Formats: sequence, structure tokens, C-alpha cells
Amino acid sequence: MKKVVTGNHAVSFASKIARAQVVAAYPITPQTQVVERISKFVADGEMDAIFIKVESEHSALAAAIGASAAGARAFTATSSQGLALMHEMMHWCSYARCPVVIANINRALGPPWSIWTEQNDSLAQRDTGWIQYYCESNQDVLDSIIQAFKVSERVLVPSMVVLDSFFLSHTSEPVDFPDQDKVDEFLPPYKGEWVIDPDNPHTFGGLTGPDKYYELHYMLQQAHKDAEQVMDEVHKEYEKLFGRKYGRIEPFMADDAEVLLVVSGTPASTAKQAVIDARDEGFALGSVKIRVFRPFPRELVKEVCRGKKAVAVVDRNYSFGNQGIFFTEVRDAIYDLEPRVPVYSYITGLGGRDITAEDLVNIGKAAEKKECDNPTWWGVKL
Amino acid sequence: MKTTIPVEELVTSGHLACQGCGAALAMRYTLKALGPRTALTIPACCWSVIDGPFPYSSVKVPLFHTAFETAASMASGIKAGLTMVGKGDTTMVAWAGDGGTADIGIQALSGAAERNEDIIYVCYDNEAYMNTGIQRSSSTPIGAWTTTTPPPHHKKKPKKNVAEIMVAHHIPYVATGNVAYPEDWIKKVKKAKEIKGTRYMQILASCPPGWKIPADISVEVAKLAVETRIWILYEVENGEYKITRKVAKFVPVEEYLTKQGRFSHLTEEEIIEIQQNVDKEWDRMCRLAGIENKFADRL
Repeated sequence: MKKVVTGNHAVSFASKIARAQVVAAYPITPQTQVVERISKFVADGEMDAIFIKVESEHSALAAAIGASAAGARAFTATSSQGLALMHEMMHWCSYARCPVVIANINRALGPPWSIWTEQNDSLAQRDTGWIQYYCESNQDVLDSIIQAFKVSERVLVPSMVVLDSFFLSHTSEPVDFPDQDKVDEFLPPYKGEWVIDPDNPHTFGGLTGPDKYYELHYMLQQAHKDAEQVMDEVHKEYEKLFGRKYGRIEPFMADDAEVLLVVSGTPASTAKQAVIDARDEGFALGSVKIRVFRPFPRELVKEVCRGKKAVAVVDRNYSFGNQGIFFTEVRDAIYDLEPRVPVYSYITGLGGRDITAEDLVNIGKAAEKKECDNPTWWGVKL
Repeated sequence: MKTTIPVEELVTSGHLACQGCGAALAMRYTLKALGPRTALTIPACCWSVIDGPFPYSSVKVPLFHTAFETAASMASGIKAGLTMVGKGDTTMVAWAGDGGTADIGIQALSGAAERNEDIIYVCYDNEAYMNTGIQRSSSTPIGAWTTTTPPPHHKKKPKKNVAEIMVAHHIPYVATGNVAYPEDWIKKVKKAKEIKGTRYMQILASCPPGWKIPADISVEVAKLAVETRIWILYEVENGEYKITRKVAKFVPVEEYLTKQGRFSHLTEEEIIEIQQNVDKEWDRMCRLAGIENKFADRL
């Protein structure tokens, strides 16, 4: 059934239809509608879950980890400052191998106060061991959350599903709501093998010396590797059941493109318009959306970039003292392509500034002419 | 001899506590009272180490180690998770030191108590950050030496009264204990087990290295804390105060203080001030409990 809903409501419905059993969350703009809606689902008995209305995001993730460690399906949602506060527990969650799912609404960090979109909040969690999905539409949000639970529970790695502040969180779009019985078929109840259980007592997370800690991290990395294959299987199964096709990366008119835009989040949608506009002018532009940022789809990125005249990475984020974050990841992945593919870094849209189709066409043209300072701060007003 | 202390041991030998550790006794008595259908979560504290390194454990109940400030929030989540998977009859215990309770964990504790989460929160109070090598916490008593309160900068402000903060949360049960009084403690823990909602319990756990006392007088010193009334054994059930160990004979606080190296620098005036604090606090507690203060003439 299709409904017109905001990204926030897509998040709430996804957590309900995925049958999350414990939700622990704390309100923050622009995520507040999520905690409101889930509160109502639980109060109305529409959702068989315990909602722990914690006093902070740090406690939200701690409680979600606890629920997951006890064998329940656990969910939380946050944004920006809230995610930053969770940071310590982000590590705790993945190292404890708890398959929690978080929806994070990308919002710029302060100061100065900002409520608009930017990816630095989620990208600052890059090295915490979580899977990360970046969503382009509200449909993508709903489907990604359902898929994320399945992938996370298979490989025991938590997932973060990321959506843009306001451009998705507060924008209504038509979203196809899958039937509950089909979702149940796709996503059976979570059966944790290593859980807190008085009938089978174990100690989790005790002091571990250098002789074992190292191997535990190797195993987490192997789980990320496994996640790539699991995602590919999950995407196929999802398409079969629900008719919607997803990939870890999603190219758009990339095969015959000479210049390729690499994008993520809602600019991926804008990039499609930019590609169409460029093609009308006879400029062979294409785009590729990186939907799954962790594990980073190195091989897929490498293949899609092979033979291009130029690759322009559009980052709505920045690693101060270095480069755009997707840029360094992409350049690293394609470094050993023969012949070498030039890759350029364009910083755009920080603090929620608009990224237009015109901007993206012009970025493509600049890359073609090798006009880039690696990075170029596109449209910076000085 | 008849004993009211359960025989079953849920803390094994081979744990890593120091000689004379009050915290080890506290866990032993607590698990005896609760029995095996219990789950623990422990934030950073001495017990993160006492339990033993991976793959060993010295408790026979499930234990989830957690980050420093999350004892209460983690316990809330575990209890919710256990409930959703049909194991909600498990007694969920957050087990934290005084730093993890009075300082870094107080926000999560306050949140859990305000929500009246169905958990028992035990603070084993050894009155400083002992695991990291004796740094002051807000639960360190007035006058005490620690490595971060070296005389003449020894602690000038009194210990934070977390039990009273918890009473102000209107939770169903708050109680104090002392490792030298296992029967009093076990009775309270058993009572707490039967109550639903947040139960806060704080047990004074003597610490030979941190208090600078010989290991063999650890229990004796803990006992003196009650006899000198510097540590009051009481419980607050639905707001009703009851002193569970009434003190009949006056024992000067000096007897407790002078046994411990951490108070060895105190001047006579400082000891008098501490005695006055003790007398005032005892009077306040007697009023709350509705009993006569036998030491009222000292005020």
C-alpha cells in the first residue's frame, strides 16, 4: 500500500514493521517525530515493544545494547549531537557484536547551532565498526531499515541507516508500505546465540589481554567482509519479495559516461537530474550513489570508475586538515586502476546549503577540465 | 550454629580482589540473597577486574560488562530485552562502585529511577576510585586522603548522599548496608528482590589499600563505621524511614578514623568537626525514622 509520508514516519513505520522489540530513544530535532510516533504505536498497542524513554542518547544506545545483548531486536534513532554523545557506546555495541539498528538523521554539529543536513555526524562514527547505509528517498529509508536488521542479525554487526535532515526527515514522499506478513517472511524473529541468559550464564566483555583482543577485531573485520555478500543476497531476496532493486552502490547512466559524479544521500537524486540535463547538452555525465558506506564497496567503486575520464566526488562533509571523506575513500579504492583515473574532490552543501542540479553539472564540467584544487570548496563565499 | 546466610555460593574462589576486599564480600552476600536467577551488569569499577580476565569469570550468573556511566541504562535495556524474550522473571542488578554511581553514572541512575525501571541498583561504596589507584570521588568522605586529595588539600566537603538523592526519586526501596553486617544486608536484598521497580542499595565496602588499613582489620573497621554512626544502616520503604541497626552505646568517631591511614593527617579540630557532622546526621535520621535520639545531648 502506498502512503505519502515523511522520512521520519518512514523510520517509525519501518521499526514497527520490522517488529523491533525494544526501542530506547531521546528526542532531538529533526528526529523528534520518530520518538513521538513510536511512543504512540506502543501506547496504542500497535507495536509489541517496550519503549524506554531514556534521559540521554548515551543511555539510549546503552539500553538498546542491553536489550540486544539479552536477545531482543533493538532499535534507536537520533541525530547530530545525539549521535556524538552515543560515540562511546557505538564502539561498545559493535565490539559486543550486538545487532542494534540506528536511524540517524544527518544534521550539522554546532557551534554555531544548525539543524540542517550535513554528514559529519555519521561520518565521525566511521571507525566504530558499524555498517552504514546512506538513503536517497523515504522509500530507501523504509527498505534500508528492514534490510539492515536482517544483515545485522546475520553477521552480528550493528547498522546505521542515515537520512538527510529535512530533505528527507520532514519531506513527504510516496512510500510503498510492504505487507506485514511478507516482512515477517523476510525478517523472522531474532534468535541471538550469545545472549544474557540466566539459564546459560556467561560473562561478556571481561578484561582481555593483547593475546585475544587483536583476534576479536579481526573477527569483526571478517564480519564486515561477510556483510558484503550477505547484503547482495538480501538485496536479491528483497527484490524478489517486494519488487524493489537495491545495491551497495547504485550507478545511474554510468556505463557510457565519460565523467562520473560520486554522490550519497539526497544529492544522489539531484545527481540523476544533473545527468539528464548534461546529456541534453551532449555532455556524457553519469553518477553513482554510494548507498553502503561501511563496509566500503571498494571493488564495486573501482569497477564503476574504470576507464572514466574523470571522477568527481561530491562531499557534504569534511575531514578537517585533510579532504572530503567520501573522496579519500574513493581515491583509495581506485588508486591502482590502470590506466589511472583522475579523481577530484568537491565540498558542497555543508550546514544544509542547497546542492542544485546545476551545481552538479558544473562540478562535472570542472572535473572534465581538471579544474579542482583537491579539494575545491564549491561556491564558498569569501 | 544456626545461620540466616544462604549456603549456596555464587561467587567462586579465584577472583582477583585484594586481601580483605569489602567489595568481594558485598557481591558474595548479594548473590547469596538473590540466587541464580539473576543477571548482572557491571560498569568500570574494581569488580571489572575482580571478576577475572577473559575467559574466566568468578560469578555463576550472567554478567555483561559495560561502560563507566551506563550501569543503570544498560540494566534498563537488559531488563527490557529479557522481558521481551520471556525471561522477565530474572532479577536484574546494576552493580557499580561509588564513582560510577555518585559521579559519572548519576545521570543514567537518576533517569532509570525516575522511570522506576524494574532493577536493583547496588553501589558498593569504597569511597574513592580504588580500581584506578585511589582518586577522590564525590563519595569520598570529608577529611580523607586520596591521591588527588593530598593533605593539606584533603577532602574539605562532605560525601555526597546518594541514598537520599534516590529517596527523592520516590522509588519503592532504598537501603544502606555494610559488609560487616551480612545478615542485615541479606535481609534487605531479599526484601528488595520481592519489590517491583527501582531499588537502590548502597553498601559500605571497606578497602584495605585505599583506606590504608591492614587487610585483617577490614571487617573490624567496617563495623566501627556503624558503631560510631558515621555509616547508618537504614532502609526507606515507600518513603518510610527505618534505622535497621540502632546504636545504643556512644563510640567516638575518632576510633574509626584513627584506625585508617587515609585520615592520619587530621587535626583534633577536624575530628571534632566530623564528630559534629555525625551527631547532626544521626539526629536527622532519628527524626526521619521517628525514633528517639539517645545522643541528643551531644548536639
